[in-house]
Amino acid sequence: MYSYGNTAALRGVNMRLENGEILAVTGPSGSGKSTLMMCLAGLVVPDAGDVHFGNRIISAENEAVRSRLRRTDFGILFQFGQLVPELTAAENVALPLLLAGVKRASAVSAATTWLDRFGVADLAGSRPPEMSGGQGQRVAVARAMVTEPSVLFADEPTGALDALSGEQVMTQMVRVAREAGTSVVLITHDATIAAYGDREIVVRDGMIDGAHDG
Amino acid sequence: MGLLSTGERHGYELKKDHDARFPAARPLAFGQIYATLERLQKKGHVESLDVERVDGPDRTVYGLTEAGRVELDGWLSEVESPSPYVANPLATKATIALLVADEATAMDYLRRQREAHLVRMREYTRLKTDPNAAIAEVLGADYAIAHLDADLRWLDTALDRISALNRSLTTPPDRDQADQ
Repeated sequence: MYSYGNTAALRGVNMRLENGEILAVTGPSGSGKSTLMMCLAGLVVPDAGDVHFGNRIISAENEAVRSRLRRTDFGILFQFGQLVPELTAAENVALPLLLAGVKRASAVSAATTWLDRFGVADLAGSRPPEMSGGQGQRVAVARAMVTEPSVLFADEPTGALDALSGEQVMTQMVRVAREAGTSVVLITHDATIAAYGDREIVVRDGMIDGAHDG
Repeated sequence: MGLLSTGERHGYELKKDHDARFPAARPLAFGQIYATLERLQKKGHVESLDVERVDGPDRTVYGLTEAGRVELDGWLSEVESPSPYVANPLATKATIALLVADEATAMDYLRRQREAHLVRMREYTRLKTDPNAAIAEVLGADYAIAHLDADLRWLDTALDRISALNRSLTTPPDRDQADQ
């Protein structure tokens, strides 16, 4: 369970994410799906219940350990990319590696490779304000994937994009995640985006409404 | 006539061409193809040009006439009027389920209907994101996905409306509001 004040945002949630699986978490606004993602990613700790990752109980770890886990094993992507506007695309993508202690030349080289996998290598020297929404979001996915995480958490990754830009982001994100064997937790209110997943769970009023295999 | 506008073909080729370009549509029956060609020929919109004989039955090759091209251009310039009747069996069944059954039964029906729709949407999504998909296949998949999505959004709204209605019937009104 996770609550905001006296209001329970999540109740009785029991779910499992398989290796390499792309799981769509859908539900109306305010249903608790983003809170569920934050619990799974260790951004918040549930008031009751556990979150397991492999053999570890991450909900029992302190913030420093969870933060390290997020840097090494999880990639997180939000609706508005949240790129650093002063940095170039290559520097933005290199950032998680630099924070993990990788030398600058190696980090930038890896960043360029990942930009290329998302078809935006030509933007390596561009800063976010010079990019379209779709280009910026592809750079943001490259940044979320550069540490080769076990799990990518994507919260409404195409919510700010037009249909065709959203399709490009989703197609490339799913292709790269499958190639890398990365599991994806895809938070969306949009069924056309959920259809990129292997499976869907619907969150309604803080509870899982139904689990559907694809 | 649209398919013939890109070059002459016999009936079998027209069927193959139609089914490949419109994968989301019901496949054309041969009888329908030949009946349509006969009708168009009587109107002077298509003409038989040749008879091919290759390891099988004779196949008449058809082409578009000048009158047919004028008719096709006219059809393409006409705006399709949105249908005044948009109900389909799914909408009818969901409405009856929501009105007649209790909320749990209706929710179970909507959940299973959503599952069936998403399975189909995944198939079309895989089809349209295949790097080898032809543009006609992608357009057909887009159209099908948009319609399935419209159904799903309607189902979700229907469920929310019924839940809100049930709450209003089973929850006592707030005292302050009731006094006003």
